[in-house]
Amino acid sequence: MSTTVSVEEGIRAILENYPNAGRDSLIPILQEIQEKQGYLSREAVVLVGDFLKLPTSKIYGVATFYNQFRFTPQGKYHIQICRGTACHVKGSAAVLEALKRELKVAPGETTRDGLFSLEIVACIGACGLAPVMNISGNFHANLTTQKIPEIIKSYRKAAE
Amino acid sequence: MQIKPLDKEFLTRALDSTESADPAWNEKLAVLQRKKVEKPAIYVGTGTCGLGAGAAFTLEAVKKFVKDHNIDAEIVEVGCVGLCALEPIVDVQLPGKTRIAFQKMTEDKVEKVLSAIFKGEVLQENVMGQYRVEGQEAWKDTLYIDEHPFFASQTRWVLANCGIINPGRLEEYIAHGGYVALKKVLTGMKPIEVCEEVEKSGLRGRGGGGFPTGKKWKFAHGTEDTHRYLVCNADEGDPGAFMDRAVIEGDPHRLLEGMAIAAYAIGAQKAYVYIRAEYPLAIQRLRYAIAEAKANNLLGENILGSGFSLEFVIKMGAGAFVCGEETALIHSIEGKRGMPRPRPPFPAVKGLFQHPTIINNVESLANVPGILSKGANWFNAVGTGGSKGTKVFALSGKVSRTGLVEVAMGTTLRHVIFEIGGGIAKGKAYKAVQIGGPSGGCIPESHVDIEIDYESLKTVGAMMGSGGLVVMDEDNCMVDVAKFFMDFIQRESCGKCTPCREGTRRMLEILHRITRGAKSENEQQTLERFQSIIHLEKLAEVIRDTSLCGLGQTAPNPVLSTLRWFRHEYEAHVYDRKCPAKACTDLIKYEIDPAKCKGCSLCSKGCPAQAISGTIKSPFVIDADKCVGCGACADTCRFDAIKKV
Repeated sequence: MSTTVSVEEGIRAILENYPNAGRDSLIPILQEIQEKQGYLSREAVVLVGDFLKLPTSKIYGVATFYNQFRFTPQGKYHIQICRGTACHVKGSAAVLEALKRELKVAPGETTRDGLFSLEIVACIGACGLAPVMNISGNFHANLTTQKIPEIIKSYRKAAE
Repeated sequence: MQIKPLDKEFLTRALDSTESADPAWNEKLAVLQRKKVEKPAIYVGTGTCGLGAGAAFTLEAVKKFVKDHNIDAEIVEVGCVGLCALEPIVDVQLPGKTRIAFQKMTEDKVEKVLSAIFKGEVLQENVMGQYRVEGQEAWKDTLYIDEHPFFASQTRWVLANCGIINPGRLEEYIAHGGYVALKKVLTGMKPIEVCEEVEKSGLRGRGGGGFPTGKKWKFAHGTEDTHRYLVCNADEGDPGAFMDRAVIEGDPHRLLEGMAIAAYAIGAQKAYVYIRAEYPLAIQRLRYAIAEAKANNLLGENILGSGFSLEFVIKMGAGAFVCGEETALIHSIEGKRGMPRPRPPFPAVKGLFQHPTIINNVESLANVPGILSKGANWFNAVGTGGSKGTKVFALSGKVSRTGLVEVAMGTTLRHVIFEIGGGIAKGKAYKAVQIGGPSGGCIPESHVDIEIDYESLKTVGAMMGSGGLVVMDEDNCMVDVAKFFMDFIQRESCGKCTPCREGTRRMLEILHRITRGAKSENEQQTLERFQSIIHLEKLAEVIRDTSLCGLGQTAPNPVLSTLRWFRHEYEAHVYDRKCPAKACTDLIKYEIDPAKCKGCSLCSKGCPAQAISGTIKSPFVIDADKCVGCGACADTCRFDAIKKV
């Protein structure tokens, strides 16, 4: 129970930053909630709906339209693998396969131990160093399938 | 954010002109322009590319070096000079000497290279080049940056300051002639004159459409509604393009100045920057630059006492490719689903919150200060008949030197790829270059001598787009590339109109079918496969002619252009069930060379399909029926014994 209260308090604190908010504040609010809490929970969507006087369905409509928003908690390490054109021609599909093999999850999922979540992104903008991925803010460039087990291992070790 | 404003006298004087006969003033400017230093300076390129290559660790190593050796040096984080392949890049500038740049400076090299240079020794194997500066002693036997094959033939206008100046220091931008154009415009030009000057310069939209920028501004200028908006589209959605990010990270004030001028010209009171959330560093630098400019009255209320005020808002995009389309972008800023609407009314007449809105791309706006300070004729002296000035390209893929390249319009693609980019990496053969992102096309060897220009690219079925150049070599399968783009587009289709939503998905299904292995196909499917090229062409035509927005209308381009130039590859997939480039996993098989195999069993342990068997210390074999073509075995083999066939 205590956790739900704190989640709600967290969201209310964020909403206080948006006095007289209109519809155009919807996306920034959702972005801020996701940044602070890692994902958009049901409570968050309902509270934002109350705050902006918009039906929950409209909020889900907007949130599901954009790739950025997630509705499940992410892992301790969030892996964003780039599947842009430059990464593709340099073999990012194989790197993704290697990641899936290593983590045993599909894109959009989180590993059972809650350590890693995997997400495909369209382009990180580091095309000169393709293929690239971003693990919780750290870039890993010029990836090969051989490098993947090592990198994942280093994060597993760091988590211990 | 509390920022101390710059010295008023300096600001007033610098904004009038940076040229003067006063030696003390010139001395001050030379330091700010980073032509000379009073104490050693070490520059670390910490743009996103640099960070990807490990610049954060390099920066720590540099800090440690300075501390360990007790050196009084300034450490500056700069943007990206554009040569991504050689990141991390560290420059060193000692008093009295020219600035010298070192390449591939991973943390382990810092100690060695910096100790040497501080002793006056240049370790040539790490040098990228030195900057040419008059009056400063050059390093002996060291290549000049302007002679480096990557930089020699570039015309760097938009990127002029990137990687050179400190993006977090307004004074340095001003010392390079920044905000002179804004002052000139605000104090001496009418808005309509600004529109005319930009129109005369021949500047066209750099985001893809190529619409004349000055003409667009005039549309808004002519509307009755005086409540107007300016939007800068920094939602660089084209995979393979990153010039907007580099400009914002390396020289944010150039964009701000361009936006302030544009807002004045169209009479906007509020300007939005719609920027991708995937670019956290760019957002951070932009926020700081806005605060700096506001503190010095270069943005905000009553700018430079002219009576013109401009409010700035940063909006983070939430990851939707379609939001590059003007009307979709407007919906997104309004907090709605980013779906396009039919035009007219055009945004210039009825846009954001139903008011006239001008939407310009980052690179277009970054060109504006130069045009206003140096004049339209300076700008249109460079380029071809219909395309003036320069264009920034993000060169990536299978070239030796990847990075950001700014060349004059009319430069040939061959020059960009083979001279500046250094040709195809690893001695492979060139196959095609993909230009213009998912809406663009591929250009084969036979047309690579084409001059870059909005019109000429259209004649070969491609388009300028935002300027992504992804080079492909013989190992890339063009059907696979088309499939990649189709997969991207059908995912990014907003779903509003049927041709785009359903059509792109059908096209993707056909491409899947022809790249799928024979073992999973019945007779009906075989028949459909043989008709697939006809179906692709028919669908492409319908989607192109009937879609609502630009995304849909150009959606079939990747397929049409690869079909036009690489039809034989499609035919090999369809009729022979072969992938000539050996890239489509379903159509290739792996084989173990018994002469090379040592029987270590590593491959069989790693095989997800349990398709490899054998006895230890004698050659293993792959069961072709079980093999799924994932290539995991070839990756794990230490003896290079596993080959694609």
